[in-house]
Parts: sequence; C-alpha cells; structure tokens
Amino acid sequence: MTEATDSPGSWAGGTSKSATSAPVDAATAGAADSRAKGGLRGTEPWGPKPTRITPARIGIYAFLVVAALFFLMPFYVMVITSLKPMSEIRLGNLMSLPDAPTVEAWVEAWAHACTGVDCNGIQVGLMNSFKILIPSVILSITLGAVNGYALSFWRPWGANFIFAVLLLGAFIPYQVYLYPLVMMLSYIGLYNSLPGIVAVHTIFGLPIMTLLFRNYYAGLPIDLFKAARIDGGSFWTIFFYLILPMSGPILVVATILQVTGIWNDFLFGLIFAGRESQPMTVLLNNVVNVTTGVREYNVNMAATILTALVPLFVYFISGRWFVRGIASGAVKG
Amino acid sequence: MKLRLRDLTAQFALLPTWAIVVFAYIGTIAWSIRISLSSSRILPSDDFVGLKSYYRLFSTDRWIISVQNVAIFGVIFIIGALVIGFLLAVMLDQRIKGESLFRTIFLYPYAMSFVVTGLAWQWILNPSLGLQQMMHNLGWESFTFDWLARGDRAIYLVAFAGIWQASGLVMAILLAGLRGIDEDLWKAARIDGIPTWRVYLHIVIPLLAGMFATALVLLATAVVKVYDLVVAMTGGGPGVSTEVPAKFVIDYLFNRQNIALATAASTVMFIAVLVVLTPLLYHQYIIGRRRAAA
Repeated sequence: MTEATDSPGSWAGGTSKSATSAPVDAATAGAADSRAKGGLRGTEPWGPKPTRITPARIGIYAFLVVAALFFLMPFYVMVITSLKPMSEIRLGNLMSLPDAPTVEAWVEAWAHACTGVDCNGIQVGLMNSFKILIPSVILSITLGAVNGYALSFWRPWGANFIFAVLLLGAFIPYQVYLYPLVMMLSYIGLYNSLPGIVAVHTIFGLPIMTLLFRNYYAGLPIDLFKAARIDGGSFWTIFFYLILPMSGPILVVATILQVTGIWNDFLFGLIFAGRESQPMTVLLNNVVNVTTGVREYNVNMAATILTALVPLFVYFISGRWFVRGIASGAVKG
Repeated sequence: MKLRLRDLTAQFALLPTWAIVVFAYIGTIAWSIRISLSSSRILPSDDFVGLKSYYRLFSTDRWIISVQNVAIFGVIFIIGALVIGFLLAVMLDQRIKGESLFRTIFLYPYAMSFVVTGLAWQWILNPSLGLQQMMHNLGWESFTFDWLARGDRAIYLVAFAGIWQASGLVMAILLAGLRGIDEDLWKAARIDGIPTWRVYLHIVIPLLAGMFATALVLLATAVVKVYDLVVAMTGGGPGVSTEVPAKFVIDYLFNRQNIALATAASTVMFIAVLVVLTPLLYHQYIIGRRRAAA
C-alpha cells in the first residue's frame, strides 16, 4: 500500500495522487519491470520505489521550501534580534547572525523592562496570565460541557433560544458588549479585578465551548442516554457516570482552544483586568509601544518570544489535536 | 409530571447560562443601542436624541477611514489567506516527504497572538533598521520599502501580517478536506485524461465548498474583530491611516470619552454582522435541521 501511494509522478508531471490506480500508473509509466513482477502480487506494483524526479516535483518542493522559509523568517529574526546587543542592531543587518550573542536582552525583558509605570519586566505578566488562564479555562469548559449536555440530551424549555443566542454571540464583535459589561461589573465590584477578567473570559468562551460540546454530544448514540434514563439515572448521575467518561477527546480539544485563546487575548485583558492583573500580552504591548525613551529592539523581541512561548508549547505538544480544535472552532451544525 | 421534573434539573443546570445570555449578551446589546440613542459623553445619560450620534458618526472622518480600512484589510486578508492556504494544502497533498514538518511550520503562526504577530512584523518592516536598511547594507541602495511609515500603504502591510498568521489555518482546514476526497475521482479523471489543474479547478474546489465556507467564516470573524493586530503593529498610524472600527469604538469608549458615538459605532458593527450572518445561520441550522429531521 505504501509503495503504491508513494509512487511519485508517473502521470501528469508528478501531481498524481491516486493510491489504488496501480495498473494505470504502471502502464503509462512504462515500468515494464514492475509490470512483469506485478503478476505475483495481483495488481499491486512491485519493486523498488520509482525515484524519478520530475521538474514538477522539484517545483513543488521548491514552493514548499520557500513558503517554509517565509513562515519561519519572522521567528528567526525575532530570535537573532533578541540575542544581539543594541550596538549591533543599529547597524541594520536584520537577518545576520549576532557577532557577539548575549542573553542580556532576555534578562532585561524578563526582570527589568518597563511595562508602564513599573519596571519589573514581563515576568509579572506571566504570573498574571496564568492566574487568569487557569480558572477561566476550568470555568468555561465546565459550563460548556454542562450546556452541551443539557442542550443536546435534555432539550429543556428555551434550549433553542439559548442555542440561537450563543450561536450569534460567537460572531458578534465584542465592542457592542463592552461598555455595558464594564458598567455591570463595576456595579457588582468586579471591574478591574482578577475575578472580573475571569468572568469575562468565561462569558465570551461560552458560545464556542457550548457549540463544541453540543456538537460532540449530538454525535453520541441517543439510545445510550435513553437506556440510562430507563435505569433511573438523574441529570447529574448520567452526566458524571456516562457522559463525562466519554468526553475525553473533546475535553482535550476544548482545553487546547481555550488555553491558546485566553493566553493570546489582548482586548479583554486591556479593559477588564485592571492594573494589578494585566496579562502578558498587554504588558508586552506596553513594553514595546507605550514606553517612551530609546527603543530597545532586542529587549522587545525577547519579551515577544517569551509571550509566545506558552501557546507555542501547547501547539507543539498537541500536534493534530490543535488542528481538530481549530476545525471545530469553525462551528459546524 | 415526569416531564416537568426532568425539565427542572436541566433548567437548574442551565441557570448560569441563562444569566449570561440574558445579562451579558442580550442585556448589553440592548443597553449599548440605548446609549447610542442618547447624548451621553463621559457618563451615560437618559435622554433620547434619536439618531444624532449616527449622523455624527458618518460625518466623522476617522470612522469613514476605519470602515474603508477594514474593507481593504478584509478583502486582502481573506483572499490572500484563502489563496495561500489552498496552494499550501494542494502542495502538501502531493505525497510529500516531511509533510508533517511542513505542516507544523505553516501552522505555527496561528498559535501566536495577533499582538506577537504585529510586533514581529513591525520590527521587520520598520524602514530605519528593518528590511529596507538591510537591503541598503547589502548594496542595493535604491531599495525603498517604507510602507509602514506611509499613510496610504501601511494598511496593506497589516493585512500582509494577518495573512502570515492565518494562512496555516486555511491550509489545515483545506488539507483535511482534500484528504476526504474519494480516490476514485482521481482515477476517473486520469482515465479521461483531464489535466490536473482542471480537476482542481472544476471538481476539487467545488467539492471543498464546505471547507472553504468554514475557513471563510473564521477569517471573516477575525476581520470584524481585528484590533490587537493594528494596535501592536501600527497603533492606528501613521496618523489615523490604519484605524479600524473595532479600535475606533475602544478609543471613543475609554480614551475620548464619547460613549454615545462609540456605542453608535459598535451598533453599526453589530448590525452589519447580523445582516450578513442571519441568513447564513438560518440556512445552516434551521433549514438543515428540518431536513435532517424529515
């Protein structure tokens, strides 16, 4: 199977992709050798993998390599800039490797860079971001799971209404909610506080989380649920003993989505977190764009990389799960 | 009796959601619209002045520029990300060695925030020490690329940075779609001797319509919400040349203290999204479900 699927460009200049069209492939390629022996294994092609390199395949690889360089370039520039002293940066050789690499900028970014009034570096934001992240992720996933379960299996009065509002809410620009939400939160004393920003993340994570779990649960066999009902299972019993143990994959996807989403948030952190608990993204922007005085590009880039580390780490360990997450983030019926 | 009891527990479990739906979603939107119809400045006032703020809004240059910018940004960003994402997906679907490595590289920008994206490209594209200076140092003295400092061009670079961040997303979605296409289709096309590019253009792309729609929805949502990318990359400048509606609202709410104008702007955004979205969602969910039920 793999031999057949890997056979490159015997047809149409290498863009062939059929895994099972072995006879046609072999015939048009004129691979007499493989055809002769092919009889031994039915219609499977046989023999060493064809290694012919066509211009089209070279073109494909060239395209991919150039694209990869384009996508990697900013990260490369960030890393080398962060390792250069300012004297070297002022020469303006953007892409060249540092002559005298130094981690001074990293130390500066971590512990001393000015993030507004204070100059304690980006580390403050790292802690704040975690303090915001952990409760927000747990709360929004819990609510989303319960919602998805209630909406897909129980369908109580108003379920369609909730669903419709949340569905629309997933797409509506946040700007329309902001001012009244600020007023409401300050009325109950949560504006500019850690619980406040956690509440905001939970509120605005709700649509995507609910849809995610609802779609997943809608795919589970309803008979399972009916059997549990006949056995006298209550709302919470069925949830904890039947549904939750089957929710493993979707919990992983939800966690990836929420961790990267909440970590990367800028708008809510800026408006709702208050000075004491501003997340890393907001402090990063302060370091680079708000601070006056001489711009230290190496410190800026070190701080930028530090801010990107957590979502990048999640991305690299989650692999295919990440793709599943963004695909389900597209809210399918 | 049984039905009511069953309803009760489920309703109880949905209480927090009901509260959020009623207060945080419906309530806030209604309140925002109400404020936009008043003469509020720093604090909300209870009077009613009709559409005055809306008239003012559309005679405010900065708003007009914002709307134009989000249109330019949206068109370039969506088309660019779709085209590049599609090309990457098709190339990756050619039984490539090291496919997963390429995939990882193309998608990693999407894991990073718009703030990080904006700051990285702001540094690379800055005319004094970035790409332009590097070209000068390499001996190409006449090379000019100062779009980031030019009011009439900077928005294109913001869109470009957006494309860099989001193309991988399109690639991932379309690649999943390409993998779902029946191998028999390729066999049939091959036997008929149809050139590959025509198969892609006339058969594969229509087959991927659903995937394209998914990607389009995600990208379009990002366009309407675009805020942090602009703040990080240009701060709306030079001047007001890269302002966008989302930023207009935030600035007028929290810095310029004109909340009637700001809520009028956010209401316009809300209505614009609603007008595009309602028929789509109605079609997909209500009609789709009815058909599934039948």
